Amino acid sequence: MRSSSLILNTAALAIVPLQLMFSVFLLLRGHDEPGGGFIGGLVAASAFVLYAFSFGARSTLRLLRVSPRDILAAGLLFALASTIPALLSGQPLLTAHWWQFPLPGESYLKLSTVLIFDIGVYLTVLGTLMTFVISLMEARE
Amino acid sequence: MMLLAVLSGFLLAFAVPALRRLAGQRIGWLLALLPASLTVYFASLIPSISDGQTLLLKNQWMPGLGISLDFMVDGLSLVFALLISGIGTFILIYAGSYLKGHRDLGRFYVIMLSFMASMLGLVLSDNLIAFFVFWELTSITSYMLIGFNHEDEEARRCALQGLFITAGGGLVLMAGLILLGFITGSYSFTEILASDLQIHEHGFYTAATVCILIGAFTKSAQVPFHFWLPNAMAAPTPVSAYLHSATMVKAGIYLLARLNPSMSGDALWSGSLMLFGAATMLTGAYLAFSSTGIKKVLAYSTVMALGTLTMLIGVGTELALTAFICFLLAHSLYKGSLFMLAGALDHETGTKDITKMGGLRKSMPLTAAITCLAALSLAGLPPLFGFVAKELMLESLLKAPLWSTGLLVMAVASAILVVAVAGLVAIKPFFGEVRRTPKQPHEAPFAMLVGPAVLSLLALIFGVVPFVPASVVLDAAVSSVYGSSVQTALALWHGVNVPLMLSGASLLIGSLLFYKWGRLQPNLYAINTAGSRVGPEAGYFRFMLGITQVADWQTRLLQNGVLGIYLLILVLVTFGLTGYTLLTRHGFELDFDFSDGYFYEFGIALLLVASTLFACATKSRLGSVASVGVTGFGVALTFIHFSAPDLGITQLLVETLTVILLVLVLFKLPSFVNLSSPWERYRDLAVAVFAGIVMTLLILAAMDIRYFDSISSYYIENSSELAYGKNIVNVILVDFRQLDTLGEIFVLGLAAIGVYSMIKLRAEDQKRP
Repeated sequence: MRSSSLILNTAALAIVPLQLMFSVFLLLRGHDEPGGGFIGGLVAASAFVLYAFSFGARSTLRLLRVSPRDILAAGLLFALASTIPALLSGQPLLTAHWWQFPLPGESYLKLSTVLIFDIGVYLTVLGTLMTFVISLMEARE
Repeated sequence: MMLLAVLSGFLLAFAVPALRRLAGQRIGWLLALLPASLTVYFASLIPSISDGQTLLLKNQWMPGLGISLDFMVDGLSLVFALLISGIGTFILIYAGSYLKGHRDLGRFYVIMLSFMASMLGLVLSDNLIAFFVFWELTSITSYMLIGFNHEDEEARRCALQGLFITAGGGLVLMAGLILLGFITGSYSFTEILASDLQIHEHGFYTAATVCILIGAFTKSAQVPFHFWLPNAMAAPTPVSAYLHSATMVKAGIYLLARLNPSMSGDALWSGSLMLFGAATMLTGAYLAFSSTGIKKVLAYSTVMALGTLTMLIGVGTELALTAFICFLLAHSLYKGSLFMLAGALDHETGTKDITKMGGLRKSMPLTAAITCLAALSLAGLPPLFGFVAKELMLESLLKAPLWSTGLLVMAVASAILVVAVAGLVAIKPFFGEVRRTPKQPHEAPFAMLVGPAVLSLLALIFGVVPFVPASVVLDAAVSSVYGSSVQTALALWHGVNVPLMLSGASLLIGSLLFYKWGRLQPNLYAINTAGSRVGPEAGYFRFMLGITQVADWQTRLLQNGVLGIYLLILVLVTFGLTGYTLLTRHGFELDFDFSDGYFYEFGIALLLVASTLFACATKSRLGSVASVGVTGFGVALTFIHFSAPDLGITQLLVETLTVILLVLVLFKLPSFVNLSSPWERYRDLAVAVFAGIVMTLLILAAMDIRYFDSISSYYIENSSELAYGKNIVNVILVDFRQLDTLGEIFVLGLAAIGVYSMIKLRAEDQKRP
């Protein structure tokens, strides 16, 4: 299935990258402002769904480069990997670890296992939704 | 060290595939090094055990649950450990030859080694729960071994039967063990045995005893569960020799003996042990006598022996328990040996039917000699150890405090039958006229004879000098079953006394029966066939059929595939229960105050109501999906209005994607048809309205009921301090309640796989013509 609407196709080409960047922005700022992995994943998924509606399931798969199920699996692995630092330091599972790096100009770069976990959530949501949509669309074709 | 000894079987099992490539056909000899060295290790513990010590080796496992891998070595467990590792050594050698060239030999050894490790864990565990885990492991490995020839439907059926009976009994046993732990306040055998608590007087005593007895009886094939054991003969012979004669089936006996010091002295315990034991003994002996397959004959005589052992524990005197330990040892020696010889016969002649064998002593002289030696022990003739054990048993029954005459009559009757059975096993195939067998018989290879030879010679040596094994380990074993120190006085010759005369009489009548066997057997076979229609096995089949029928009925009732019915039941149950609780705890309270509402709040509410109504009323599927979407957006607006931006955004995105997904699915559906009758629609309407009302009341009630302080204040205060984040929703998701989120994303993943496979499978189905 692909749309023949020129307006949709042109708009999609412009909107999809913006939407994807916005989803990463939502993911990264999620800890302090509205956003987070779940919302970010949903936004990213809707970007790809928009692309799929304009250009079809095949080209979306090409755009994704990897199968949605691999994205899903990678997400779960990220989430599990975020538990390793706590495990290595002998703390209860899922204890959060934080690392702060000073940046020029009074600001800090905050990295944490929580962020890794959130990336995992992001990828899982994206992978799940894309699995749904792509397999439904392929079944129609 | 002990932990390693028990678990080494599991570890070696992992290495089997690699070793098989390395050692090729000689893998049996290589693997047998492990049980051989285990035997040496356990033998090195003998000195301290025969001094009357009990070794306790503690290992943590799950300390939070009070489950440990503590191992306890006393006389009883040491005897079992020595039997398991000692016989195991010969079995592994034997199997390498018996299954030579079998393509699944590697798999066989993996399961066999795992079984050996589980069995060792079972007899050495001090913790009730660890004991139970090993118990179930033996059931599972036994299942895989019975069904080893899994391409044979009969083998699969028998394996499943064995699993259902032993694992079903295992479940009951678990209840019994937990009750026992509850009564005594401890999950350690040593502590339970050491405490002078009056277990009999506790309210749960009867329940615990019955559960433990059922567990032990199923495992050890007591009447009425005895039928799974002969069926387990579908397994390759090394398995029958090891699991179903010498070790696994004795696990139930082990449990009974282990708990005997705490439980004995009670009518329920000893009464049921004597009753079921004696019944099993006689049934087993009779069925052994009336069978023709050599493995079936041996299997039923194992049932007989297991019954005898149970009965002896039930009698419970010092003498009876001495007889118990001697009989246990004697039986393991001669039965392990006879099974291996039966396998050799089967392997060399190509048949299991003893009526088709005869005169084999010329072609298989060694096999014949060893079989005769082992069969002498089975029949209980001097100078074999079986004789010592049988004399002790008869003597202890003579002096039994309860039901002495009855038990003695049954024991003598089964002794008569066993003499005939020994003849069937040793004389029938090897003497008399030569018969043609499917294969030209040859002497069995060395690897298949070394085990039986060693075991039978041991039975001979122990018979001549019975005080040697007694002083080494048997005394300690009897003491641990009896509960206090016992000095046995074993001797081959007791002088001319009542047991000896009974033995002599049973030998005479037994020989007579053996000579009449050819004429008796067909008649007995006819009787057994008629009897099996009402026997316990028929009950088992009826029970299994009943289960499938109930499953069938409830599937048609509850899982009928009509989505509307599922939904109806779910909604009715959920809201029925919630409504009932709400009504009884809280009651109705309806007071609305709209005075501080803004006009746009009313606007949103109006939008919600209107779109819902439209979704219900519309005839167009697309229209109803769209209007449900509008409802969702209305809810999102509400979230945003009450300053919950995260929820709002999520709701918005989820609604959008849901509508898209629904639209994608809708194209696959047939056009909108009304399938339900008006009555069904009114019923659905009523249920929906009911659910709506309950939900509304619940939310209203939730506003003004506070059973405990809300947890949100904790999150608000600690979010930035503990979790370095200002967005509380996200901090809850990825930090405070991270485990929940982890579970949820895994559910998401599973849902995706489910949807994917459903769509793909359907697509493939349609492709097929």
